[in-house]
Amino acid sequence: MVRYILRRVMYMLITLFIIATLSFFLMKLLPGSPLNAEDKLSEEQQAIVLEKYGLNDPIPVQYVNYLGGLVQGDLGISFAFSNTPVTDILMDRIGPSAQLGAQALVVGTILGVLLGLIAAISHNGFLDYTSTVIAVLGTSIPNFVFAGLLQYVFAAELEWFPVALWGSFEHSILPTIALMIFPMATAARFVRTEMVEVLGSDFITTARAKGVSEPGIVFKHGLRNALIPLVTVIGPMAVSLMTGSMVIEQIFAIPGIGEQFVNSVMVNDYPTIMGTTLMFAALFIGIILIIDLLYGLIDPRIRISGGDS
Amino acid sequence: MSKLLEVKDLAVSFNTYNGEVQAVRGVSFDLDKGETLAIVGESGSGKSVTTSALMGLVPKPQGVIKSGEILLEGEDLVKKSNKEMQKIRGKDISMVFQNPLSSLNPTMKIGNQIIEGLVKHQNMNRTDAKKRAIELLDQVGIPNPEIRMKQYPHQFSGGMRQRVVIAIALACNPKILIADEPTTALDVTIQAQILELMKDIQKETESAIVFITHDLGVVANVADRVAVMYAGKIVEYGTVDDIFYNPKHPYTWGLLGSMPTLDSDDEELYAIPGSPPDMLNPPKGDAFAPRNKFALEIDGVMEPPMFKVSDSHYAATWLLHEDAPKMEPPESVKKRMQGFANTGGEE
Amino acid sequence: MENKEIKDLLVPMKQKEDTSEKISSPSRTFLQDARRTFFKNKLAVVSMITLVLIIIMSFVGPGMNDHGIDDQDLSRAKLPARVPVLENISWSGFTGVLSDEFQGDTVEQATTNAISRYSNQEEFIDIEVLDEGDGSRNSAEVKATYHVYEAKDMQDQYYWLGTDTLGRDQWTRLWDGTTVSLLIAFIAAAISLLIGVAYGGIAGYYGGKVDDVLMRILEVLVGIPNLVIILLMMLVLDPGITSIVIALTITGWTGMARIVRGEVMKQKNQEYVLAARTLGQSNWKVITKHLLPNISGIIIINTMFNIPDAIFFEAFLSFIGLGITPPDASLGTLINTGFDNIMLYPYMLVFPAILISVIMIAFNLIGDGLRDAFDPKMHK
Repeated sequence: MVRYILRRVMYMLITLFIIATLSFFLMKLLPGSPLNAEDKLSEEQQAIVLEKYGLNDPIPVQYVNYLGGLVQGDLGISFAFSNTPVTDILMDRIGPSAQLGAQALVVGTILGVLLGLIAAISHNGFLDYTSTVIAVLGTSIPNFVFAGLLQYVFAAELEWFPVALWGSFEHSILPTIALMIFPMATAARFVRTEMVEVLGSDFITTARAKGVSEPGIVFKHGLRNALIPLVTVIGPMAVSLMTGSMVIEQIFAIPGIGEQFVNSVMVNDYPTIMGTTLMFAALFIGIILIIDLLYGLIDPRIRISGGDS
Repeated sequence: MSKLLEVKDLAVSFNTYNGEVQAVRGVSFDLDKGETLAIVGESGSGKSVTTSALMGLVPKPQGVIKSGEILLEGEDLVKKSNKEMQKIRGKDISMVFQNPLSSLNPTMKIGNQIIEGLVKHQNMNRTDAKKRAIELLDQVGIPNPEIRMKQYPHQFSGGMRQRVVIAIALACNPKILIADEPTTALDVTIQAQILELMKDIQKETESAIVFITHDLGVVANVADRVAVMYAGKIVEYGTVDDIFYNPKHPYTWGLLGSMPTLDSDDEELYAIPGSPPDMLNPPKGDAFAPRNKFALEIDGVMEPPMFKVSDSHYAATWLLHEDAPKMEPPESVKKRMQGFANTGGEE
Repeated sequence: MENKEIKDLLVPMKQKEDTSEKISSPSRTFLQDARRTFFKNKLAVVSMITLVLIIIMSFVGPGMNDHGIDDQDLSRAKLPARVPVLENISWSGFTGVLSDEFQGDTVEQATTNAISRYSNQEEFIDIEVLDEGDGSRNSAEVKATYHVYEAKDMQDQYYWLGTDTLGRDQWTRLWDGTTVSLLIAFIAAAISLLIGVAYGGIAGYYGGKVDDVLMRILEVLVGIPNLVIILLMMLVLDPGITSIVIALTITGWTGMARIVRGEVMKQKNQEYVLAARTLGQSNWKVITKHLLPNISGIIIINTMFNIPDAIFFEAFLSFIGLGITPPDASLGTLINTGFDNIMLYPYMLVFPAILISVIMIAFNLIGDGLRDAFDPKMHK
């Protein structure tokens, strides 16, 4: 088990290193510098700034410094907000994004599992049909279309919720719903398929033959076995939350990392773009790693094969 | 004294996409305390469906019990609700399944799987239930039961898993233990161990056993009485001696004739041609007639009734009619019957 | 039956030909079975017809009226949708009028608000009083209906789906945008398919060291989130169709490669492949005659799910400003423009949003249908 974890962590570091290297050299290819044209600095001042950020060093030296900075959490200096470190910008804005992502992931997964469970129990019944339709719509319709629909109907027309911006909990409701549709639909589809299969397996018959009650069959014997494979789709879910946060924060004008990213794209603020990308990458890779390890913990079959035996 | 279990005219059908499949078509048998009844037949003959009806586990909504009674100590199980059956399953009747590799929950510790039934049916607290589970594992011959309790199914071999399944089935001292081909999926040496184990357990607990199998060798080894099933019906019914020394139904002849034995190397096996009928449209008359070289014209018209051979022995074939032409079993089958008689049924 | 009759029939049966082994239903190949299962799936069939119609429209749609994709004219900007015949049905949404509710302290004030909102074209605005109000703040409410086409003296003009902020015809742009989106998706899926099948096939078929090396590389690549790679690629490349295709294929093939490798690994140890090898078939023959037909199902299914993914990513990139740039249209850019005007001119968002949703749903349902069709368990 320890060897397995070490191997996985090593892979993770290699991947991050590749991404970091890639983004460093890409940044060198792209035009732009922290010197803001509007600042109208004199040549000497410019030289001081360049010197201060080490931009006069040869590229390899800059590369080493950059990697060194990364290790300490330094993502460089933004072009658009002069002299502001990218890390600070991201830290300022991580709150809303994290809240939104967490709300969407938790609520979406719980609702999705419930939906899938209901569908599996009423196999081929009306509820099954309904939840399948929800699942197909949820995985097919792009989240920004959902966001627009919600915003127009519930905020602009019915005026139940604020149209945009961030502040109270009410502000977070519509974006959370828009963001959680995909995880919910994915979980629902997945749980339904798994649950139908598990409920048809031999050990369920054994449990029935023991006299276990129906709720016991579904929750104690069925659900656990159906939920374990669910962790394998958390990867796609995480990606959908990241792409979702970009468009949905933009649509609802939420001051989060996603909105910052889209704005940085508009003004070609490469260090911020690269920084955000790197952060997304680290986040994603971290999530996948945790999930893999978690998988080993909750599935006894894997726990053993990775360890003693 | 009334019987422990009486099944009267049981019929089970499945409504499928293509129509009604008549899996069981009027089956009757009974079972005494401590007795072992073997139900023998090919795949699809309805033997497994019969036992799932006993357990109240006919898959719904496709499966329907069309008629009949299942009397457990005089109480009709067919009329019981699912809730009431939950109290009977695992307590009065329990079951051992065919495939030990898939019949245990892969994500639950062995101990908990045994304890589950005990807590449910005997209102035991967990400490007592744990003690009992360890006893049970010991009883079914699993070494180091305390450690094994905390392990998961994939850490056990196939034979060991089947022992665990047996332990689960035995947990509440059931009156009837149904064993649905419990040895089919196992290696031959392990098969013998499991059979021995079941015989020992029966001596200790006095449970009655319904043993489903297609292996006549196993039948001769464990059973007191035998019911031969074909196409959803019992075609011959008798004690082990009746069935092995004096079989009357051509299908039973076929089953006996197709079983290889050690001294049969010089002769051909007597194989039953063709395959079982489509139960979507069971043939008119005797379902076995198309594969039966001893068939009479009447088999194509009318189903044979159960003819009585002796007090313990019945068979459903027109050959037993007083006016029917006398037919002898094929030579190879006769030799085999002779062989059984000589060895006294001991394999 | 009488006893007598029974007695007569108690004679050996004439042996008839045994019919129990006869195969009653006609034999069908696996593909025929798959096709039959697929066409029985109504949702999948409807999706396929819808998709074919959309593809046809994406070619012929732009030519169905005289408006070009980049015919800008600010004087006819933001015209609402207007379709002959439908324009007379007030709830159809194609009437060529803009309408909204306006509030004010009094009816007069609300009316003034409405008129000023609609370019002061008083004679072309119908006012309907919804609430007289009591003089308190914003208590009065009127519904104003603005006949834009009349106001602009364009009664004879029809913009079926309206015009955008620069006066370009939305109908033309919508179908042109669909062409671009579909083109990107099909090309990206096709390239991913080729690379993925080749890579996964080689790794799976040769196994051993080759597989080890190829899979290590893949493992690292898969570790990088596709979103990150796509974003980085889009930054470096010039925006446009080619760049999006490149960005999508750089990551898109990995999933296919993994699946194909797994499937080839499984199939190549099956007895029928061993048998073919024992009979001295060449590698090439084994791959083309035995392996490919048996993994084609899973390849087709995977491709069917790759296409909607690509459509989504194209729209996503165009939406955040990294994809197709105006004046070129794609569903993503149209939706982006729509969002800028969602409150006042919702029709600009509605049509592309509906179209992209329908396309995505159709592809997913076809994918589901194909998955069932290639699953032998589903054949009846």
